[in-house]
Amino acid sequence: MARKKKRWSLSDRPVIVTGVAEGAHHEHLPYQRHHFETIAQQNDATNFAMWLFLLTEIMFFGGLFTAYLIYRNWYYPAFVSASHQLSIPLGGVNTLLLICSSFTMAMGVWSAEMKKKGALVLCLILTFILGTGFLGIKTVEYGEKIEKHHVPGIHYSLNSFLYPDSDEAARVAKDHALPLDMARHTEIYFFLYFAMTGMHALHMIIGVAILAFMIARAQAGAYTTGHVTFVENFGLYWHFVDIVWIFLFPLLYLISRH
Amino acid sequence: MSTDTIVSLPDQSTARVPKVNFLSKENGLLSWLLTGDHKRIAILYLISITFFFFIGGALAGLIRLELLTPQSDLMATDTYNKVFTMHGIIMIFFFLVPSVPATLGNFFIPMMIGAKDLALPKINLLSWYLYMAAGILALYTMMTGGVDTGWTFTTPLSTHYVNTNVLTTGVAVFIAGFSSIFTGLNFIVTIHKMRAPGMTWFRLPLFVWAHYAASILMVLGTPVLAIAIVLVALERTMGIGVFDPTKGGDPILFQHLFWFYSHPAVYIMILPGMGVISETISTFSRKRVFGYTAVAFSSVAIAVFGFFVWAHHMFIMGISNYSMLVFSLLTMLVAVPSAIKIFNWAFTLYKGSITFETPMLYTFGFMGLFTIGGLTGVFLGTSGTDIHLTETYFIVAHFHFVMVGGMLMAFLAGVHFWWPKMTGRMYPEKISQLAAVVTFIGFNLTFFPQFILGTLGMPRRYASYPAEFQILNVFSTAGATILGVGYLLPVLYLTWSLKYGAIAGNNPWQATGLEWQTQSPPLTENFPEIPIMDHEAYDYEWLDGQKEKEVVIVG
Repeated sequence: MARKKKRWSLSDRPVIVTGVAEGAHHEHLPYQRHHFETIAQQNDATNFAMWLFLLTEIMFFGGLFTAYLIYRNWYYPAFVSASHQLSIPLGGVNTLLLICSSFTMAMGVWSAEMKKKGALVLCLILTFILGTGFLGIKTVEYGEKIEKHHVPGIHYSLNSFLYPDSDEAARVAKDHALPLDMARHTEIYFFLYFAMTGMHALHMIIGVAILAFMIARAQAGAYTTGHVTFVENFGLYWHFVDIVWIFLFPLLYLISRH
Repeated sequence: MSTDTIVSLPDQSTARVPKVNFLSKENGLLSWLLTGDHKRIAILYLISITFFFFIGGALAGLIRLELLTPQSDLMATDTYNKVFTMHGIIMIFFFLVPSVPATLGNFFIPMMIGAKDLALPKINLLSWYLYMAAGILALYTMMTGGVDTGWTFTTPLSTHYVNTNVLTTGVAVFIAGFSSIFTGLNFIVTIHKMRAPGMTWFRLPLFVWAHYAASILMVLGTPVLAIAIVLVALERTMGIGVFDPTKGGDPILFQHLFWFYSHPAVYIMILPGMGVISETISTFSRKRVFGYTAVAFSSVAIAVFGFFVWAHHMFIMGISNYSMLVFSLLTMLVAVPSAIKIFNWAFTLYKGSITFETPMLYTFGFMGLFTIGGLTGVFLGTSGTDIHLTETYFIVAHFHFVMVGGMLMAFLAGVHFWWPKMTGRMYPEKISQLAAVVTFIGFNLTFFPQFILGTLGMPRRYASYPAEFQILNVFSTAGATILGVGYLLPVLYLTWSLKYGAIAGNNPWQATGLEWQTQSPPLTENFPEIPIMDHEAYDYEWLDGQKEKEVVIVG
């Protein structure tokens, strides 16, 4: 039997590649990867992938938020006293920094879309500075906790909660001494504080590192050619990290302040 | 059953495997290690998971050898703990979770929907590297002392009481989790955004639907496991107290977080297998899958319900009676979509022209064993019987009926079914039918006695047992030996067939999927041109029409 060359078509209808696809195929913009039919499809797919990734991030933080909710319900007095050890001014400034950085990031995406190279680089640098500023303040806050032995583990100290008069922050907040049993649960609060803000800070560090990389690339004119997916997706990531903080701030700092 | 076989091969004296295909396009190790081609990554995965399967299998062999006698005589009890732990970890995280999705799914989802590749080829390759890094770390852990917490990392055992490599194993599972997240994410994006013109959601093969549902579970469930492992690691290294009752923490919280992933994980493992069964059962009974829409939605229903039944693993762990009641009820609910699938497959067989090629034999194995596994799951979901049966061999048997009897049978069905497409060559039919039968017999002999052992009260995870249980254990060990032969055979003859198998041609099974309408092995870009889907899935009349047209062209 002679081997025939079978024409590829699912029916007798000839294969029609639609207009848009055809055009893109011939032009084939340099940043379009081979397996996408059109650049629109490529952008769509990468954006969608980014949203899905953020969904996994929500689930990741979700585990910690669940733990927070349960323990806060059980050990409310301990959580209140422990939250008084955090500095609302520092936390507030940090919240402000992050909100500003989200704004500069959004402006950065806009500049990339408008193909304004100078504005894009400026926005990215501002975002970088604000993000680094946040991490700097966070370091100061962590340092304070280490000094006071509020880091969970073998060196953890209950003094601020058993003898609130010995601790300035507790005095200011007019804390009552907690019974030993409840005071011990402040350790759970501080564990959650470090796990949640630490996980958040880790995301910030990754974000700032990518920002540094993007600034260098943007100066070389990488994102102002019309292909803005990377900036756009990074923007989504940055806003996400920002939103996580918007939840963390009231949950950790403002427990009894209403 | 009008014909003996549906296999239609090209004339062997003139047929050749196409010269240009994804295997021959580039040569050298680097062309494999740096590839973005979903088909090559699938092959890399196939080789790696087979490797890990045989390591896990060897450990299972050791377990069965130890249990041949009532005394703990082959190995020390500590060693036994490590062996069953590593068996569980390797089989679950390094075989079952990636088995069908990362190999067959990776290879065929883009082809079935008429795309050139997955949406994110680099992420796909990254997922393989993460998998390998995790796998090597797990093996390293095993060599340097192993871990003995059981694959469940139960706290406070894992955080306070054992001195083995919990941390490194945890890191390995964490990394493997991200590999799985990336696979799932890639599938969801691909299925949403990469479908060929005319390929609507309800023209997708059910294999794709099943993978879509499993991917949702991977994307939503795995991060929770990741955070649970991070917390165990922090608790173990720094003593933060989150799972430590002496500091006000709650070990049950770990169970909730762990099972929130690990129950959906069993659906991550079984759903892709169910996808394979939908394809084979339709092809080998020459009928559209009965109740296509119901089967498609039952996959999604399993994914959704699967997230709300986790606490049935915790009935004896001190959850309240009310949650027991609710979770028991929800567990019964998840049996419904599984039953919908089984019934619809049975109705697909009804009045079909059934033939008994190897993939179909494995499929029958799946249907029978999965049904037994699923129904015993209902016993375990009922809180009353669960309290009697949990932590006995009944659980072990139930889990292995679903995972080994179900998933592994489905995996082998899929590998045989698509082997001609992947390699361009047929596997030898007679010996593979023998392997399928041997596997089925070996499986039943191994695991059925364990149901009886369980109801008699033999606890799991002990190296020794009362002498009166020995006869059933001897059966089980004998069965495991037969099962081992059943799994070794395919490795041998499939490797053999790479060189000596008959040339398969484009469509040896006369199947309808898009993947069969192109050459085997496929081109790197899958199709010469992007296909246009103009018919429903499993449309055998359309296929017959195509064949008539071909004859006309030849004439």
